Amino acid sequence: MTIWNPEYECMGDEEKRELQGKRLAETVAHVYRNVPFYKKKMDDIGLEPGDVRSIDNLKDLPFTYKTDLREHYPFGMFAVPMDEVVRIHASSGTTGKRTVVGYTKEDIDTWAEVMARTISACGATKADTLQNAYGYGLFTGGLGVHYGAEKIGMSVIPISGGNTKRQIELMQDFGSTIISCTPSYALYLAEVLEEQGIDRSKIKLKAGIFGAEPWSENMRKDIEERLGVLAIDIYGLSEIIGPGVSQECPEKCGLHVNDDHFIPEIIDPDTEEVLGYGEQGEIVFTTVTKKALPLLRYRTRDISKLDNKPCACGRTSYRMEKVTGRTDDMLIIRGVNVFPTQIESVLLELGETAPHYQLIVSKAGTMDALEVQVEMTQALFSDEVKKIEDLERKLRFNIESTLAISAKVTLVEPKTIARSEGKAKRVIDNRNL
Amino acid sequence: MLVKQISVFLENKEGRVAQVARILSDAGINIRALSIADTTEFGILRLIVDKPPVAEKALRGEGLTVSITEVIAISIEDEPGGLADALQVLHEDKISVEYIYAFISKTSHKANVILRVEDCDRAIESLQANGFEVLKADDVYNQ
Repeated sequence: MTIWNPEYECMGDEEKRELQGKRLAETVAHVYRNVPFYKKKMDDIGLEPGDVRSIDNLKDLPFTYKTDLREHYPFGMFAVPMDEVVRIHASSGTTGKRTVVGYTKEDIDTWAEVMARTISACGATKADTLQNAYGYGLFTGGLGVHYGAEKIGMSVIPISGGNTKRQIELMQDFGSTIISCTPSYALYLAEVLEEQGIDRSKIKLKAGIFGAEPWSENMRKDIEERLGVLAIDIYGLSEIIGPGVSQECPEKCGLHVNDDHFIPEIIDPDTEEVLGYGEQGEIVFTTVTKKALPLLRYRTRDISKLDNKPCACGRTSYRMEKVTGRTDDMLIIRGVNVFPTQIESVLLELGETAPHYQLIVSKAGTMDALEVQVEMTQALFSDEVKKIEDLERKLRFNIESTLAISAKVTLVEPKTIARSEGKAKRVIDNRNL
Repeated sequence: MLVKQISVFLENKEGRVAQVARILSDAGINIRALSIADTTEFGILRLIVDKPPVAEKALRGEGLTVSITEVIAISIEDEPGGLADALQVLHEDKISVEYIYAFISKTSHKANVILRVEDCDRAIESLQANGFEVLKADDVYNQ
């Protein structure tokens, strides 16, 4: 199997730590000089850029939180002037404000480099044809994969998400060999192929890189059997760069972090203490090559653990375990980040206090389905059916426009949503991830 | 003049109406009339009872969503055309009826019709002007 950049991906431990330390020192100096937020944070704890000389100083640096990005919306955390920014992406905001990320020309090259590694890790080479079914747009998935695949020299089909009929048509006509999409969409494609009774010999797919939502080992088995591909998990978040932060190799024993660019740490989310290899906690990343939006110790809220042992594939990069959960209540539904508080903000528009609500996530076939149950209150109730149906419609519309995914709204009787310790349980996830 | 109707929000699932009936029975409430408007997911149970404030308190006490709506009760002849004539009057005066249900009076042997309209005062005026008997609330509760 191809390793895209053996010089970095298979680098010796000593050498890598030295490179990381050097890049970290440069990044700290860069943000101290150019981002008032970081200058203040470092001044507050009496840390000067010169104090950061090696990777051992990583633990001395302040953390960065998603709220920091929101508070500096849109460009307040950028470390370069806007005339050096060549690309802006944004993720959906929880209470109206989006998380905005920027890239310089050099950042785009870095992104293409790490994505080339990611795509190569599933065995793809420039001889392959990639059907990129991640969404193109503000979401980082589509363009992230696109640039990486072009860097490899693959034939890229920028088909974007959705339009399953066209996906299946082009898959056959163009002879796509690699596919990139969310795992649930991969399963959906497999289902449609089966339904249409398409002869497997007409499909040339051999591997797929799947990410943007959590998925289980069972789901992997299902995709591999039904779609007939090697299914590889990829991980990333727009704040760090987008996809390309880490990826599995065919050994499937954790995701190789591109740790010459993004240094991972595992911390105890409560005490913020750094944990050792093999210990489970929140994964935190420090970007050490990014120019437009370098982030120090960014709190991902994703739960994982790190393995520093070399992998059978030959790569020496540290591996993170498949993300198994979150330290906050964020859900990923059909690839979209959803916080229960977003529902709350919609419900608050109805009156002074939000009625009790619950999110029920399940699988409808292969796709995620979201149902929002809302307890009827005296204030919302009417003796007329049409008024209650209007309320349901209004809620559904507002929830859909806030979350950017469709949801079923069900009005339920008061006190039917289970409370634990007086607080309603906000989420029931029946997807068995 | 206006009759207080109790409306209860119910999910469309087994045993819900039975529970409401039991709560009312335990509170010593007699149901005079009822109707249910239902959709696939929820229903609205509308009740005329002998003691509306007691019923409201009992149902709320059990955590149900309850509202009180003022409706009109009229007494009409229990014979062909009785209802048609009354509705004709409202139609001519451009008063639209949201919903309607009826029951037979034990004492007068006439039909009592419950009408939910947007503007109760105008509806009463129109009905009375055309000779229809609008019932007093207490007469509906305690007949």
